[in-house]
Amino acid sequence: MRLQLNGASIDTQAATLSALLQAEGFGDAKVATAVNGTFVPALERADHALNPGDAIEVLAPMQGG
Amino acid sequence: MRDFYGTRLANGLMLGTAQYPSPAILAEAFRRSGASVATVSLRRESGQDRAGQDFWQLIRDLGVHVLPNTAGCHSVKEAVTTAHMAREIFDTKWIKLEVIGEEDTLQPDVFGLVEAARILSEDGFQVFPYTTEDLVVADKLLHAGCEVLMPWGAPIGSGLGLNNLFGLRAMRSHFPDVSLVIDAGLGLPSQAAAAMELGYDAVLLNTAVAKAGDPAAMAEAFATAVRAGQLGCIADPMEPRDMAAPSTPVIGKAFLE
Repeated sequence: MRLQLNGASIDTQAATLSALLQAEGFGDAKVATAVNGTFVPALERADHALNPGDAIEVLAPMQGG
Repeated sequence: MRDFYGTRLANGLMLGTAQYPSPAILAEAFRRSGASVATVSLRRESGQDRAGQDFWQLIRDLGVHVLPNTAGCHSVKEAVTTAHMAREIFDTKWIKLEVIGEEDTLQPDVFGLVEAARILSEDGFQVFPYTTEDLVVADKLLHAGCEVLMPWGAPIGSGLGLNNLFGLRAMRSHFPDVSLVIDAGLGLPSQAAAAMELGYDAVLLNTAVAKAGDPAAMAEAFATAVRAGQLGCIADPMEPRDMAAPSTPVIGKAFLE
């Protein structure tokens, strides 16, 4: 299916959010996730099914003021 | 110094982590200043570069309190979602809540700020709201659950210092038991000292240090100024007066006319 990952359009076979993170190279990286503007806690990623057109945000610690 | 949601800080310097020439200089700025809090943010991560992972390790190695922000958020929903993501990543209830309302000044949208502060406070967050010196807004933020207020000194990144001394002094007087932090706008150590002399509990700055020619030296200068201003406040300064008053006793002065 086709969806948006951090603003970029991608094709994926991943059925869940955790599978998508694994497939896209995040592995055990310290990240937080949101789908369609709603926060998805790490513990819920494995059960969070993805749908075509979903917009996924994967955020990590960055410099800030 | 008043505490911050039960946490007593070693000093009143909160330092941002953006815009440094290099990670090593960032670390050196924290080492030389002894800043007690580091502000951090969240941004999109790449599965290939994973740049955020190295940064997070650098921050952990600093051994300071971490204050995540919601910088760049312009709506309540955006700020609340970002706060939830930050709480999970940084494992802290602290959140520096920014809801920006105006692009040129980066002035907070105080209406959205109060609403977001209420939502987050009810959800267990310990909110550090980036606000103005408006006393009515401050009161609403306290009623929303905030125990800390962070009025701006001047627009973010401007280096203009304390633009509204009257308003900031009034805020200190109006809320004697609330922890107050000057957040944003400082450009010089003397301005940080002035903030602490007003009785503020801390200052939060980034650009003034990161964009200095020697960031680590500037960080140390700010730390020294914060300490000087705090001591000056505690020492109970004299009241200023309009007319001169000789400090040298005139009694016993020789008559030499």
